[in-house]
Amino acid sequence: MSEAAEDVKKPKEPLFSKKNKKLITDPLTDNNPITIQVLGICSALAITVQVEQAFWMSVSVIFVMVFGNLVVSLLRNLIPSRVRIIVQLVIVASLVIIVNELLQAFVPDVSEKLSVFVGLIITNCIIMGRFEAFAMSNKPFPSILDAVGNALGYAWILIVVALVREVFGSGKIWGFEIFGSNLPGEESGIYEMGYMNNNMMILPPMALIVVGIIIWIQRTRNKELVEEH
Amino acid sequence: MESTLDIFVKAIFSENMIFAYFLGMCSYLAVSKTVKTAVGLGAAVIFVLGITIPINYLLENFVLKEGALEWLNPAYGKSGDSTIDLSFLSFIMFIAVIASMVQLVEMLVEKFAPALYGALGIFLPLIAVNCSILGGSLFMQDRQYSTIGDATMFGIGSGIGWFLAIVAIAAIREKIRYSNVPPALRGLGITFIITGLMGIAFMSFMGIKYVDDKAEKVEKQEVKTTQVINVKTQK
Repeated sequence: MSEAAEDVKKPKEPLFSKKNKKLITDPLTDNNPITIQVLGICSALAITVQVEQAFWMSVSVIFVMVFGNLVVSLLRNLIPSRVRIIVQLVIVASLVIIVNELLQAFVPDVSEKLSVFVGLIITNCIIMGRFEAFAMSNKPFPSILDAVGNALGYAWILIVVALVREVFGSGKIWGFEIFGSNLPGEESGIYEMGYMNNNMMILPPMALIVVGIIIWIQRTRNKELVEEH
Repeated sequence: MESTLDIFVKAIFSENMIFAYFLGMCSYLAVSKTVKTAVGLGAAVIFVLGITIPINYLLENFVLKEGALEWLNPAYGKSGDSTIDLSFLSFIMFIAVIASMVQLVEMLVEKFAPALYGALGIFLPLIAVNCSILGGSLFMQDRQYSTIGDATMFGIGSGIGWFLAIVAIAAIREKIRYSNVPPALRGLGITFIITGLMGIAFMSFMGIKYVDDKAEKVEKQEVKTTQVINVKTQK
């Protein structure tokens, strides 16, 4: 009934109406899944040492999220609410198995580096969070947009953190040496003048500190997001 | 070969679930506002990790691994004619075990230990989607522990490590409420940075290593013999 009523109210909603656009743009900034909603940090930070890993992780999450949200949204009226968590877990797990097989087939070395973290997409809180909060109560098309928005919001934070850590930690972007070679004895570029990589950046705790700094910048720019203690 | 004690201590300190792998960060950040709730969730995590990892270990070694179904029919074994490798199913099997175990544990605890249920009750359903539980099982699969005892100790150790981390951050967050944190960092931002600093502190546990008595003796003997050889060559 309520859906029918909505249809009457808005007889012709354009494909990319303002509301739908907001579904994509909101999670990128003011409602970012990582920095504002605090979801999905579990599997995110451990793989941000290199941009390449972060990129493939983001692609996997976008894939799982879009199809997961679509499937859950299509099934939303069929899933009994008491067992919904298990049903959602099974949907995500099947999608993650597909992603894992594809990664192993096409980018085997990346798949090896990501190791268990591909599997951990299953328990990525963003995915379960979006299923619960959006896909279970919305139509398929907005659900896809919501998934794309949230997954991109997750992806850009991941890639920015990886970029900072790779540039300062090992002087590379996607494996290319941007500051010249730092092999002992044959230094070139700025290494010749005595520049050294910050090895600290490669250690796991620095990922947290970089995200902390992103949060700081974001909340300084938009005072509305500041939390009380 | 690592000793069981070594695996246990490593799981608590140098390979801490939170500080080294960031597993279970979501609930870690969401439920660490007071020490009391943090203790409840931490205890529930130890409990569930200690139960699910041995079960998943058995599942891995008798069903999923390549050739693990040998006990059904020798032909399914590694050297048999029709080897069966079900390891691609491990994600879905592990998560199913975890979800159902959590449900089962919740029901059993409610029936037989109402007091414990009062303390853990609300946290148990949350745990099915806690990354550290699935992460523990996946690490167990990745590292190929040789006995079920090792796997169980790894599970309990990881749980204790997680417990330590969440109780510590909860205590710090209770105190930090009275400090003058820059407004934009309040709440989430400062928690991230403190966790990072705690992680750096935990990295100093990395060198800890426990060696079996036997292995140590062999090592000492080797050192002696090499010293003798060195002396001889010097002469």
